Amino acid sequence: MTQHSNVLFRFAAPQAFYGLAGRLWPLFAALATALGVWGLWMGMFVAPADFQQGQAYRIIFVHVPASWMSMIIYLAMAFWALLGLTFNTRLSGMMNRALAPTGAMFAFLSLWTGALWGKPMWGTWWVWDARLTSELILFFLYLGFMGLTASIDDPRRADKAGGLLALVGAINVPVIYFSVRWWNTLHQGASVSVTQGSSMAQTMLWAMLLMALAFWLYAIAIALYRIRTLILEREKHTLWVEAELRPEGSS
Amino acid sequence: MNPYMAVLRRDVSLALRRKNEVMTSVFFFVVVASLFPLGIGPEMNTLRLIAPGVLWVGALLASMLSLGRLFAGDHQDGTLEQMVLSSASLPGLVGAKILAHWLLSGLPLVLVSPVLALQFDLDAQAIEVLMATLLLGTPLLSLIGAVGAALTLGVRGADVLLSLLVLPLYVPALVFGAGAVQAQTAGLGASAHLSILAAMLLVAAVFSPWACASALRIALE
Amino acid sequence: MLSVTGLSCTRGERRLFSGVDFQLKAGTCLHLQGDNGVGKTSLLRQVSGLSPVAAGQVSWYGQPIADNEAFRAQRIYLGHELAMKDDLSAIENLQFDASIAGRTVSAEAVRSALKRLGLRGREDLPMRVLSQGQKHRAALARLLVRQATLWILDEPVVALDVPAQAAVGQLLQAHLDEGGMALVTSHQPLPIPHALIASYRLQG
Repeated sequence: MTQHSNVLFRFAAPQAFYGLAGRLWPLFAALATALGVWGLWMGMFVAPADFQQGQAYRIIFVHVPASWMSMIIYLAMAFWALLGLTFNTRLSGMMNRALAPTGAMFAFLSLWTGALWGKPMWGTWWVWDARLTSELILFFLYLGFMGLTASIDDPRRADKAGGLLALVGAINVPVIYFSVRWWNTLHQGASVSVTQGSSMAQTMLWAMLLMALAFWLYAIAIALYRIRTLILEREKHTLWVEAELRPEGSS
Repeated sequence: MNPYMAVLRRDVSLALRRKNEVMTSVFFFVVVASLFPLGIGPEMNTLRLIAPGVLWVGALLASMLSLGRLFAGDHQDGTLEQMVLSSASLPGLVGAKILAHWLLSGLPLVLVSPVLALQFDLDAQAIEVLMATLLLGTPLLSLIGAVGAALTLGVRGADVLLSLLVLPLYVPALVFGAGAVQAQTAGLGASAHLSILAAMLLVAAVFSPWACASALRIALE
Repeated sequence: MLSVTGLSCTRGERRLFSGVDFQLKAGTCLHLQGDNGVGKTSLLRQVSGLSPVAAGQVSWYGQPIADNEAFRAQRIYLGHELAMKDDLSAIENLQFDASIAGRTVSAEAVRSALKRLGLRGREDLPMRVLSQGQKHRAALARLLVRQATLWILDEPVVALDVPAQAAVGQLLQAHLDEGGMALVTSHQPLPIPHALIASYRLQG
């Protein structure tokens, strides 16, 4: 037990994590690309056409994994926020700042692909579907986090305030989702989804899972990459960063 | 006098000496509610349909606009710092401030709402439900909004940022608040909506002062 | 006794000070000196409990000050802001201040505290109509109303004229005579006998 916690706490130091992240992110990026290509190929060419929606449905292979990722990343942010507020670690705040833009990007991607999907189905560019509406609110939550952390000058205060906001948001997300679903079903709202009743073909599921995994690995890769820059920025007054930034060959 | 009553009394008497805090919230509510018919058209059937949503959004925005003042004044003159330093429970002091804020900015909206509801031709039962939802909803909005106000204390562009932070969190209250009135007019009864609003209010009453206290301590570090 | 060991402070990315050690015993006043920007206010805020202590330890009679009820009840911190509401009178402000600290004081007690600081006849008017110097005196009157053991004061005499400074000096001396202690920053010399003052110079 103590051996494990020693390892964990060793990497909680920015300098150690910088090295680890540097070694890991290319691996994750490569895996993400490989799985992404495979998943897209399966989704675009191998999976059969949906019997009601034809070829247009194929956008779900981006839309659904993007939705999942936007929610998973928010949960991850809440986790790091809890860690940071409890143990007062510097890395947790930086991790959240590294994750937030990617989470926001996936939320936006989900909304955009949702609109692209809705247009052939309903003829409108936007549908007040329960999931899309919840996704929109999640997008606002991400923007709120990014806005708050960008507006506070003191990095420690920004980290803590952002962490608290992420926690409060995470607790509210189920409530918001539930209330939006209530609102939608009450008003017989439209629904953007694959044909109800028919079970999904094996290949469709496979393709979605592959894409989800690819997005997840991409998110990890880019978060690790981004956090390296954040670490350099925050720790620029330390000796190891000065050595790191010195051009090769000079003393 | 115990510290919490002292805070409540002080905030209320300070606002009453200035009076504009109470008035601006109410005026804003009235103006917003009056703009919608001007924008949409005087057709009474349409207005009756949109009334719950319009009135609730108006109350929500009016409540949100006054949030900026909740902690900012005390922060600027140093009294907030003394509250954080005191031996009294900070969540308790914050709770007292939020209660004062609601009495000054939220309760007047509840009292004015029947008049506005008549402009939209809501019937008596619908007005009753509207007042009940606002009575439960406006304190809920104050409690949720207070966390946003505490997080953005002294920050550049706090007003707009506060709106961005707080509006997504307001959605459940809006859905159930306006939904209750719509359910009433549709003949379905609003008891489920009101129970949910009451439950949310209880949970917020417990958690929000605590979250605000954490946010204030972070802001004053 | 207040004891501070190994205290350090980082603001943003700058290291302000480190390795600060001192002790404050009953009946003494520590005059904290240092150039502008060296971190005197940050130090006071850490000692008072407003800012978290990242490195080092601040103890009150052997116990750390974090979550220390006894410490909270016995210390008072006055920063750069006056902590007075302009729309309330001096008496209302000080009574409120006492309530927050869990004490109830009568208006007469507040009036006599204000009189000791030379403020007479304007205690019932809104603070807004007082001059800067009068506002500062009213703010300092809370030291008498609260009766705390440890006074942490950030530039208490900076906006006061000579008679007011003398009044504050008398207050401080009486406080030390009764066994109280004070931690004070000030660019000017403190208006109390040298024998009661210990100095600490904060270096970057």
